[in-house]
Amino acid sequence: MFRLTHSPIDSAALTESVLRPGCGGVVLFLGTVRDLTGDVRTEFLEYEAYAPMAEAKMAEIEADVRARWPVGDVAIVHRLGRLEIGDVAVAVAVSCPHRAQAFDACRHAIDRVKELVPIWKKENAPDGQADWVH
Amino acid sequence: MATDSLAVRVLLFARARELAGADSIALALPSPATVADLRTVLASRHPAIAALLARSALAVNHAFADDSTPLSPSDEIALIPPVSGG
Repeated sequence: MFRLTHSPIDSAALTESVLRPGCGGVVLFLGTVRDLTGDVRTEFLEYEAYAPMAEAKMAEIEADVRARWPVGDVAIVHRLGRLEIGDVAVAVAVSCPHRAQAFDACRHAIDRVKELVPIWKKENAPDGQADWVH
Repeated sequence: MATDSLAVRVLLFARARELAGADSIALALPSPATVADLRTVLASRHPAIAALLARSALAVNHAFADDSTPLSPSDEIALIPPVSGG
């Protein structure tokens, strides 16, 4: 499952959604909004996506993860719009029979999301300065 | 000699959209045209985005394209600056 959303991400519900009787390892990764990047303070972030391509890439990533590991289920959600410090921007939940597989599959999925999915963040500083991270 | 022209629209996002002041750019390319031709025309017509374009990808129909990818009138073309999701 993959999804773009403008609503807060319910990480507990997402984790529940990938639980399977045959899977004894479940890994959840959350990417949250950080207050400091280097020595630059962030007030809030804005995320923008090229939605149809982002969904196509997330589908490819899901298929890739399922092809490489014995995945019970995988859920990838990325939030868009304005996010405050501490908000969950991205969540990846993976279940596998064993923990090593689940860790590896989850790590692979989030690394690919950050590399391939056309989503951009704009950092807004307390002084009103704002810039895209490219 | 007159050459055929290929009308395309390039979707813009993030800083590219802000630099251009528009969420898409319409261009007439010599036909047939590839992504490399699009890059050349886009950079010369829209110098404000040329520097970002040089380190951006182009997508054709939701897939990353390389410079040799041919373009058709019905293609959905997008400029993809370095991504920063997560």
